[in-house]
Amino acid sequence: MKLWIAFWNILVKDMRTYYLKPPNVSWGLIFPLAWTGMFFIKSGSGLESILTLLPGVVAVSILFGTTSMLAVTVTFEKKNRSFERLLLAPVPFELLMLAKTSGAILFGVANAFVPVIMALFLADLSQVVWSAFVPAVFMIAVASTFLGLFIAVAVSEVFEAQTFSNFFRFPMIFLCGLFFPIEKLPVFLKPLSYVLPLTFGADVLHGAVHGGHVMPFALDLSLLGAFCLGLFAVSLWNIKRKWIL
Amino acid sequence: MTDAIAVEGLRKRFETVEAVSGISFSVCRGELFGFLGPNGAGKTTTINMLTGLARPNAGSIRIGGIDCTDRPRAAQHLMGVVPDESNLYPELTGFDNLCFCAALYGLGKTERQGRARELLDTFGLVQASNRKFGGYSKGMKRKLTIAAGIIHKPEILFLDEPTTGIDVAGARQLRQLIADLHQAGTTIFLTTHYIEEAERLCDRIAFIVAGRIVRIDTVEHLIQPIQEKHVVQIACANTLNDIQGNLSESFPELECKTIGQGLIRVEAYEPVRVGPLVRFLEDHGAEVSEARRMRPSLEDIFVRITGIEADAMRKEKEKAGGGQ
Repeated sequence: MKLWIAFWNILVKDMRTYYLKPPNVSWGLIFPLAWTGMFFIKSGSGLESILTLLPGVVAVSILFGTTSMLAVTVTFEKKNRSFERLLLAPVPFELLMLAKTSGAILFGVANAFVPVIMALFLADLSQVVWSAFVPAVFMIAVASTFLGLFIAVAVSEVFEAQTFSNFFRFPMIFLCGLFFPIEKLPVFLKPLSYVLPLTFGADVLHGAVHGGHVMPFALDLSLLGAFCLGLFAVSLWNIKRKWIL
Repeated sequence: MTDAIAVEGLRKRFETVEAVSGISFSVCRGELFGFLGPNGAGKTTTINMLTGLARPNAGSIRIGGIDCTDRPRAAQHLMGVVPDESNLYPELTGFDNLCFCAALYGLGKTERQGRARELLDTFGLVQASNRKFGGYSKGMKRKLTIAAGIIHKPEILFLDEPTTGIDVAGARQLRQLIADLHQAGTTIFLTTHYIEEAERLCDRIAFIVAGRIVRIDTVEHLIQPIQEKHVVQIACANTLNDIQGNLSESFPELECKTIGQGLIRVEAYEPVRVGPLVRFLEDHGAEVSEARRMRPSLEDIFVRITGIEADAMRKEKEKAGGGQ
């Protein structure tokens, strides 16, 4: 069987049906931009602060864009039973879930570049190390998507998925070094930062945009990769255990 | 030649409830096999296990010769599934839904579009092909769900309550389509609670009650024991007390039974003389409104074997899924 036909059509169907709908635009773009505005005004340091804010805004855009999508593409389809249609198809389970998550990954990457494009008009981005920035954006999108998948399969209602997502998303804004450096966090919170995947992605973004990173890029990306594999494996195990009763 | 479906000692437990209790059966290639039982008998759970949507606790499943016991999704390329509730995408059009389902089985663009048009035509849905599935009527949804189940021309088709909740004309059309698929050589596993539907369509039937198969046979063999019997049903406008006992005393050669309010069923191995029966009833205060000879049906056998009144089963299902 031509598996790529199934993969491609699942991806295209999800893109056409769910993405760029008003709720996704609000969660993926408006909300992070509101956060940026808040930090920008609070810092009071003018346009020169854009470069320090950009990594955080990019990471938040990806995080909110991807995690909110999976509640729709997975939890909603499970609820209205159309996900069963996919489970009945002769497509390997891993490929099926990759097809379901690929759309969210692409959406996350696209979300990431909206603040970058806006920043292009307001700041000088000539010193940005794009060879580190782009892989970091991609890896954050993959990790956030798989985090969304992990959440989506753990619940049965869309509203539960959104609520449960916030349980992870909001602490991550403060704990992952997006806007506040991890070294300035209270000692008891620091270990928590390093069990959250976004910490490593944000470190690469900070390093790529203004050189302020803590760990080597290769280590950051490897740890992000390990988080991706772990989250994907746990999600698949959960689906098989909970949905194929 | 291997069986299309072979099941041995299949069990499924949900916490404290055993939904399917060690059932065994086989379905030959090209056969239309009926799985008949009341709500909660284990029909859908069995289909879910056969199609890879549920994992059995014990037993073995072979689909088209492929062992699916440990790999529940190993034979999905052979099967088409029409679930008891439509599971297509409400935000896609009818045409797009069919094309998408075909793509899941690896059909190329030209092939899937051609097949989608062909099926929309077969099911009389051409006019609605560009409308969103969410706006379809119940009958249209059912038809499109069946079309989606056969878009890839499966060898084995699982139909879970295909005519529940749709109007009489629609149900008749669907039954004809099922018969046509059967004629074309598709193996069909049909669950239904409409006994007359199973009688009309199926080669063999299994009765399942409380997770156990109580009887499997051809329709002909199932009906044979009662075909030799003569049955008369008498309807009275009023309800009579202990009329069953009085009838049995006066007509010991007849088997008399009250089957509803003012409804008496009389069975005998000799032709039943209706005149004396009616006179007897009227002498005992009955207002006889109708007396008619009944053709023995699968329903009689079902009631006899399972102890479940078919009418009660039908009403229960229609309450849950909409009337036919």
